[in-house]
Amino acid sequence: MSTLEILFYTLSAFAIISAIMVLVSKNPIYSVLWLILVFFAISGHYVLLNAQFLAIVNIIVYAGAIMVLFLFVIMLVNVKQNSEPQKQMLVKFIGVLSGGSFLLLLVALVKQTVQLQGQNVLLKEGTIGLIHPLGKALFTDYVVPFEISSVLFLSAMVGAVIIGKK
Amino acid sequence: MPIQYYIFLCLTLFSIGVIGVLTRRNAIIVFMCIELMLNAVNLLLVAFSKMFHGIALQVSSATTTGIDAQVFVFFIMVVAAAEVSVGLAIIVMMYRNTHSVDINFLNRLKN
Repeated sequence: MSTLEILFYTLSAFAIISAIMVLVSKNPIYSVLWLILVFFAISGHYVLLNAQFLAIVNIIVYAGAIMVLFLFVIMLVNVKQNSEPQKQMLVKFIGVLSGGSFLLLLVALVKQTVQLQGQNVLLKEGTIGLIHPLGKALFTDYVVPFEISSVLFLSAMVGAVIIGKK
Repeated sequence: MPIQYYIFLCLTLFSIGVIGVLTRRNAIIVFMCIELMLNAVNLLLVAFSKMFHGIALQVSSATTTGIDAQVFVFFIMVVAAAEVSVGLAIIVMMYRNTHSVDINFLNRLKN
């Protein structure tokens, strides 16, 4: 087993265990902290795929900005640890069952797909994930969507302020 | 690394997100599970981009095939950040009105 495989399996196990802990934690603050660990594991996967720009952006935007926003809101709304009303056991069971069968269906589907057999993901090599090619693509081919996304940000900012002020 | 492994990993993360949306009642945690699903899709997009890049590299060494997917992932992150800011503002407003973040209080839209 090569180093890359060991890294892949470690990061995957890390991501999945942390994702499960997000669900089973009773305290929402612990859920946020576990979710940050999931994002770090996914950033590790990006580094493994040599998508370094996305790895850094994932840490800065998701783990840095969005999760801090979540923490702020949780502290603002002051959710008590045990006050979250639980769904009925039947509803929970049906939820887990439908999610699990969704997973089972798609895994079975992917296993049968002929087009995906023998296809390999390029780990560690390839330069498309570096800042230079990505920046070139972003500011030549994708410059209009890039500018539109700034308008989207402005409208989201105005919307958040207006909704929060009421 | 075969592409199937990445697909299985992302499907597992996505399904965990689906299960979370279906079983939890706290609106903030439901929202966090949606973020988890978004991230699973992002990881799958990057894995596919590297797969097609590897195929194209065998033809020519100066190819930039697969860079579109990474730009798309960047835009998905941008949209997710905007979505989170508005969504959390809505949750705060809902807490101010009902003093709870239980999603079962939101069923008044039903009637």
